[in-house]
Amino acid sequence: MSQTGFARHRRSGNIIATFSGFEADLIRSLASQLVELLRNEVAAPNGAMDPLEAMLDFSGPTTEPDDPVLARLFPTAYPDDEEAAAEFRRFTEGALRDNKAARAAAIIDDLEEAGLPPELTRDGMMIDVELDQAGAETWLRSFTDLRLALATRLEVEADDDERWAALSDDDPRSQAHDIYQWVGYLQETLVEALSS
Amino acid sequence: MCHDGPVSAASPVEVEPDLTPDEVTQLSKPWVTLVWDDPVNLMSYVTYVFRTYFGYDEKKAETLMLQVHREGKSAVSSGTREEMERDVQAMHEYGLWATLEKQ
Repeated sequence: MSQTGFARHRRSGNIIATFSGFEADLIRSLASQLVELLRNEVAAPNGAMDPLEAMLDFSGPTTEPDDPVLARLFPTAYPDDEEAAAEFRRFTEGALRDNKAARAAAIIDDLEEAGLPPELTRDGMMIDVELDQAGAETWLRSFTDLRLALATRLEVEADDDERWAALSDDDPRSQAHDIYQWVGYLQETLVEALSS
Repeated sequence: MCHDGPVSAASPVEVEPDLTPDEVTQLSKPWVTLVWDDPVNLMSYVTYVFRTYFGYDEKKAETLMLQVHREGKSAVSSGTREEMERDVQAMHEYGLWATLEKQ
């Protein structure tokens, strides 16, 4: 896995990273799954609606999503006030879903524009990603969503290193946890690059 | 949005005829945005979010982040209910676990 992560390019000021074809394909696959999850469940009205139509549409969700990943991505804003929580959710969850899906889709687009083919067929391919400040912030936020999704599925807890170390290498949970940590490493370098 | 002064612990406010300046401030900013600890978000990322979204300097952003990490939560902004709903929604866009409540 990439040991360099993201860095700010001195001359252009852009944020750059080089991934192997395998790594780029893995990030695309995670991002696609997130897009699918966000778009599959019934969502609130989105910005494509006529403004009046949107005002008269009361169909936004009012209860916490069943899927634990979505429940984590869309937390209950008023833990002690069910009615206020429902209202907040009705007016915010649709936009949050759309924005998070759009950010994950932007990662896929950026990787493909950088040369990642629709199907990865050959070894040895390198993908150079170059992002401006806004693009890098999009990746940064979406990496958070990807990590939250992976961590929720894996039931990651604080200080649980021993649990993961005890799993055998061919356990799929161990492999998924490695990917989770790798995305965390990438995000760490991205925060650093953005702050430099 | 509140950018000034340290974040104090939330306490109930009674409307009294003689208010100290602190009490007046609390009355005009009766709601707080709370950010809660989670095992996923990186400390550097949480600090980055507090800097970029709220415009806090590095020191204040880091202090609030450490409070989230060590005490489980931190009041990161205060204001009207509408302002705090905007802040909570913004924190959710960043993937932070945020709620709001009346001080």
